[in-house]
Amino acid sequence: MSKTKERELLFSPKNIRLLTSPLGKENPITMQVLGICSALAVTVQIKPAVVMGISVIVVTAVGNLIISAMRNSIPNRIRIIVQLVVIATLVILVDQVLRAFSYEVSKQLSVFVGLIITNCILMGRFEAFAMANKPWPSFLDGIGNGLGYGIILVVVAVVRELFGSGSLMGYKIIPESFYNFGYSNNGLMIMPPLTLIIVASIIWFQRSRDKDLIEK
Amino acid sequence: MEYLNIFVKSIFINNMIFAYFLGMCSFLAVSKTVKTSVGLGAAVIFVLGITVPVDYLMNTYILVPGALSWIGAEYANVDLSFLSFIMFIAVIASMTQLVEMVVEKFSPSLYSSLGIYLPLIAVNCAILGGSLFMQQREYQNIGEATIFGIGSGIGWFLAIVAISAIREKISYSNIPAPLRGLGITFIITGLMGIAFMTFMGFKL
Repeated sequence: MSKTKERELLFSPKNIRLLTSPLGKENPITMQVLGICSALAVTVQIKPAVVMGISVIVVTAVGNLIISAMRNSIPNRIRIIVQLVVIATLVILVDQVLRAFSYEVSKQLSVFVGLIITNCILMGRFEAFAMANKPWPSFLDGIGNGLGYGIILVVVAVVRELFGSGSLMGYKIIPESFYNFGYSNNGLMIMPPLTLIIVASIIWFQRSRDKDLIEK
Repeated sequence: MEYLNIFVKSIFINNMIFAYFLGMCSFLAVSKTVKTSVGLGAAVIFVLGITVPVDYLMNTYILVPGALSWIGAEYANVDLSFLSFIMFIAVIASMTQLVEMVVEKFSPSLYSSLGIYLPLIAVNCAILGGSLFMQQREYQNIGEATIFGIGSGIGWFLAIVAISAIREKISYSNIPAPLRGLGITFIITGLMGIAFMTFMGFKL
C-alpha cells in the first residue's frame, strides 16, 4: 500500500459496495451457492431463522477480521486447518452464548449451530476475500455476506410461517373468520422440501428482474 | 434388528440431503455428471464410515460428563462437552488428510479420479452433521454408530447419483431462462425430497 492511500475513509464508496453487493447481485445463497447446507432446515419459523442469521453474521464478520489480520503469517499448506480452528472457536462461543441466553431457540436449532463450522460461506469468504484483503474491508465483507444470507433466511421463514401456520413471530396473523370460510393452513409449507422450492422461486424472481444473472 | 432399523432409517427416512439439507454445497456443485458424483458419493460413504465411529469413541471416552473417569476418580466430574465442535472438526480434517494419503499410496487410479473432491470432504456439512447427530441421538455402542455413519453415507450417495442422472437428462430440455442451472436444480431437489417423504413413518 502506498502512503497516499493510507488515509482511505472508513466508509468510502468501495467499502459501502462491499457491504451492499452481497444483498443483491452477489448474494451468497442465490448467486454464489454458498451456505445452503445449514440454512434451510431452520426456516420453519421466523425466530430461529433470525437467530441463525445473526449468529452467521457475527461469525463471518469476526472470522474474516481475524483471518485477515493473520493472513500474512498463515503458512499456505495448513491454512484450511487454521481457518477451521478459528471458525470452530467462534462457533463454540456463539453456541455457549445461545445456550446461556436463549435456551429454547438453541434447542430448536439443535445441531445446526454446530454446522455453521462447515458452512461454505465462511470458507468461501476466507479464501476469496479475507486472505487477500485488509482487516477493515474484510470485516465489512463478512457483515455483508452474513446479512445477505440472513435476509434470504428471513424471507423464506416469513413465507413458511405465514402460510404454514398462519402466524408471524408466533402471533396469529390470519384472522379466525378466514378459517370459518374454509381456509386452512398449508401443511406442505412445514415440510423441508418446500424450502428448496421457495428458494428456487426467489432465484427465479431475482434472475428475471436482472437479465445479467441468467446462466446460459 | 436394531442395526437394520438404524441402517434403513439413516438411508431413507433421515436422508442427509432430503431431510436435513446437509452437504448441499457439494451436492449442487458436483452433480453435473453421473461419473464424478459416483466418485464423490463413494468418498463420502468411506469418510462417514470412519469418522462417525472415531468421533463416537472421542465422545464417550473424552467429551461427555464423567467420561474421563478412566484416567482416575478425580477426573470423574470433568465435563468437556463444550469442546465437541473443535474436536470433531479436527478428527474430520485429519481423517480426510489420512484417507487422502492412503488412497494416493495404494490406489493412484482412484486418487486421480477423485481428484479435488477428497480434500473438499473436510468441509462437507454432511460429515460433521453425521457426527453431531450421532452425539445428539446417543447411540448405544460403537456398532450402532458405525452403521449410522455408513447408512447416512449411502443415503447421500443415492441422492447425488439420482440428481446427477436427472441433470444429465434435462440438459436437453427447454427450461425458462431465469431458472436455468441453479433454479431448476433446487426445484428438482425439492420434488425428490417430497418423494422421499413417503418413507416417513416406515419402521422395521
